[in-house]
Amino acid sequence: MATLQLKDVRKSYGSLEVIHGVNLEIADGELVVLVGPSGCGKSTLLRMIAGLERVSAGTVAIGGKVVNEREPKDRDIAMVFQNYALYPHMTVFDNMAYGLRNRRTPREEIEVRVRDAARILELDEYLERTPRQLSGGQRQRVAMGRAIVRKPAVFLFDEPLSNLDAKLRVHMRVEIRRLQQALRTTSVYVTHDQVEAMTLADRLVVMNKGVAEQVGSPVEVYERPATTFVASFIGSPAMNFLPVSVNGESRTLTLRGGQPLTSLDSPSPAQDIIVGIRPEDIHLQPNGQGEAVRLVVGIDLVEVLGADSVLHGRLVGSEDRIMARLPGIHRIRAGESLPLFVAPDRFHYFLQSGRRMAQQ
Amino acid sequence: MVENRPWLTVLSHLVLLAGCLVIVLPVWVAFVASTHEAATMLRPPAPMIPGTHLLDNYATVLFEGFGQASRVPQWLVLFNSLVMALGITIGKIAISITAAFAIVYFRFPLRMTCFWLIFVTLMLPVEVRIVPTFSVVASLGMLDSYAGLIIPLIASATATFLFRQFFLSVPDEMAEAARVDGAGPLRFFRDILLPMSRNSIAALFVIQFIYGWNQHLWPLLITTKESFYTIVMTVSRQANVQDGVVQWNLIMALGILAMLPPVLVIVFMQRQFVRGLTDTEK
Ligand SMILES: Nc1ncnc2c1ncn2[C@@H]1O[C@H](COP(=O)(O)OP(=O)(O)OP(=O)(O)O)[C@@H](O)[C@H]1O
Ligand SMILES: [Mg+2]
Repeated sequence: MATLQLKDVRKSYGSLEVIHGVNLEIADGELVVLVGPSGCGKSTLLRMIAGLERVSAGTVAIGGKVVNEREPKDRDIAMVFQNYALYPHMTVFDNMAYGLRNRRTPREEIEVRVRDAARILELDEYLERTPRQLSGGQRQRVAMGRAIVRKPAVFLFDEPLSNLDAKLRVHMRVEIRRLQQALRTTSVYVTHDQVEAMTLADRLVVMNKGVAEQVGSPVEVYERPATTFVASFIGSPAMNFLPVSVNGESRTLTLRGGQPLTSLDSPSPAQDIIVGIRPEDIHLQPNGQGEAVRLVVGIDLVEVLGADSVLHGRLVGSEDRIMARLPGIHRIRAGESLPLFVAPDRFHYFLQSGRRMAQQ
Repeated sequence: MVENRPWLTVLSHLVLLAGCLVIVLPVWVAFVASTHEAATMLRPPAPMIPGTHLLDNYATVLFEGFGQASRVPQWLVLFNSLVMALGITIGKIAISITAAFAIVYFRFPLRMTCFWLIFVTLMLPVEVRIVPTFSVVASLGMLDSYAGLIIPLIASATATFLFRQFFLSVPDEMAEAARVDGAGPLRFFRDILLPMSRNSIAALFVIQFIYGWNQHLWPLLITTKESFYTIVMTVSRQANVQDGVVQWNLIMALGILAMLPPVLVIVFMQRQFVRGLTDTEK
C-alpha cells in the first residue's frame, strides 16, 4: 500500500522531449487511468514509474520515497504488459512464482500465494500448462496473477486488455475493477479506450502530446472538460464544436451564418470563441423547463445503433458539421432538415486556444 | 498445390526413387565391401550382396588397426573425432550465444563495430586463414593436442548471427518483465533466454557437430602423432597407400564407422533441428 507522486516528470530522447512535465498525486488504493491517443506518452510515463525508462527530469516517489535511481525490482511495483510477456517455457505456476523465487521467498509461502492468486483468477486447473496452451483471456489472467502474487505497493497496467476481443474485454474490465477494489492496491492503468477509462478510473488523466491536459474524476472530466482536446477525446460520438462570435454589449453569440445562438451570462474575454455541444445533449423536442436553443440541421446520414441513433448533418446557414445522438430508433431520411433542441446550460465554452472559458 | 493425377504421382515417385538410389547406392556398396575379405574386393566384379566377414572386419578395424597410415586401434581415432566434434560444437554454441547476448542486450562502446567484425569473419573460413592459424597454434605449442584441434575452429559468425536474430525476435517486454521480477542480466540469460533458445541450440548442435566431425584439412595439418588422428583424415590416408595392397574391405568398414555418429545425431535430433530452423514462435 502506498501513495505515488510525480513531480514535474519529463522525458527526453536525445534533444526531443516527449513528456513535458507531468505532476500527479495518487492516493493510497486509488486507481488512476492514463488515457490519450496513440503516441501521447502514456506508456513512456508508466515505464518511468516502473523504472524501465530513465526519468530525464523531475521525481517519481513511491510511498513518499524518491525512486528515480532504483531498479524496477526495488520499487515494489508489478507490471502487466500489453502482450503479457509470459515466459513461454515455464508453466503457469512457474510464471507466477518466478518473481517470488528471485526474492528468495520460502517455498511454502510461494505455494500458498500462487494457489491463492490462481483461485481468485480461476486458474487452478491450468497451473501445470504452459502459456501456449492457454486462450488469450487465460494468458491475460496469468499476467495479472504474476502481478498480484507479489503483493506490490503499486500495480502498473499498460493496455492489458487491448489484445482481447470485445466481449472478453468487457468481462476482464469488470474483473480488474473488482480485483483492484478487493486488494485496494494503488494502480496506474494505461489505455486509449475511453470506455475502459471512464468505467475503471477513480481518477482520469487525459494526456495529449506529452502533457496531462486534465486530471479529474471521470464525471468531472466528462461534465467540465478543460480543453477542446479533452472534450473531443472523452465522450462518443465526439463533442460538436461551433465557432461563434460574441456581440460585445448584448453578449449574444452568433454562428458563422449570422444566426444568433444564445447569449452569455458574463462578459467574454474574447471576440471569437467556440461552443461545444455533446451529441447526447441534442434532442428532438425542447424538454424540461427554461427555453431551449433551436438548431436547424440538414441531415446527411443516420446511423441506427439499436439503443440510439446517430444523426450526422450540417447546421442550416453556417454549414457547421453536427452530430446528434438520440435514444431509440429514428427513421429520419437523409436530405431532410429538422429542428433540434439543446438546453443552453449544456453548452461548453472554449477559447480559440482550446482552453475552457473560466466562468461559464 | 493439391492435384490428384495418377501419372503425376507415378512420376514424382520415380524422381524420388532415382534420387534415393543415387544417394543410397554408394553407401550400400561401401557396406557390402566392409563385409567381405580383402581378396574378394580385388577381383572384379565388385560384390553387391553382403559377405560373411562383417564382425571380423569391424573387430580388426576397431581394436587392432591396419594398413600403414594408422596402426593404432581405430576406436581411439573415433574417440578423437568425437572429442573434436563435441568440443567444437559446444565451444561454438557457448561462445556465440554469449556474444549474441552481449550484442543484443547490452549497450557498450563499439557494439556495432564488434558485431560487424564478427560478421566479416564469415568471409574467412578455416581454409583461407589456415597458414596464419597454423603458425599461431604451432608457436603456442598446441600441435598434437585436443586444444589445437578444437580452439581454432570455435569462433563462429554464423552461430552468433543466428542467435542474434533469435534474440531480436524475443519481445523487449520479456526482458522487462524479468527485470520487474527481479532477475538480473545473468539470471535472465540462464532462466529465460537459454531455455527459450532450446530449439536454436539443437539446430546448431546438429549443424556444428557435422561440421566438426567432417573437418579434414585442419587435423591433417596439425596432427603428427597417430594417437591424435581423426577418423575422416584417416579414411583418406588409408586410401592413399604408396605401395602394397589397399585393404578396401577395412577402409569401407572405417568409412561406415565414420558415417555413423553424424547419422545418429541427425536421427535423434531431427525434431528439434527442424523446429529450430523453421519456428519463429517465441
Ligand atoms: N526510444 C524512443 N526514442 C525516441 N522516441 C520515442 C522512443 N520511445 C517512444 N518515443 C516517442 O515518445 C512518444 C510517446 O510514446 P509512447 O510509447 O509513450 O506512446 P503511447 O501513448 O503509449 O502510445 P500507444 O497508445 O500507441 O501505445 C511517441 O511520440 C514516440 O514516438
Ligand atoms: Mg503505449
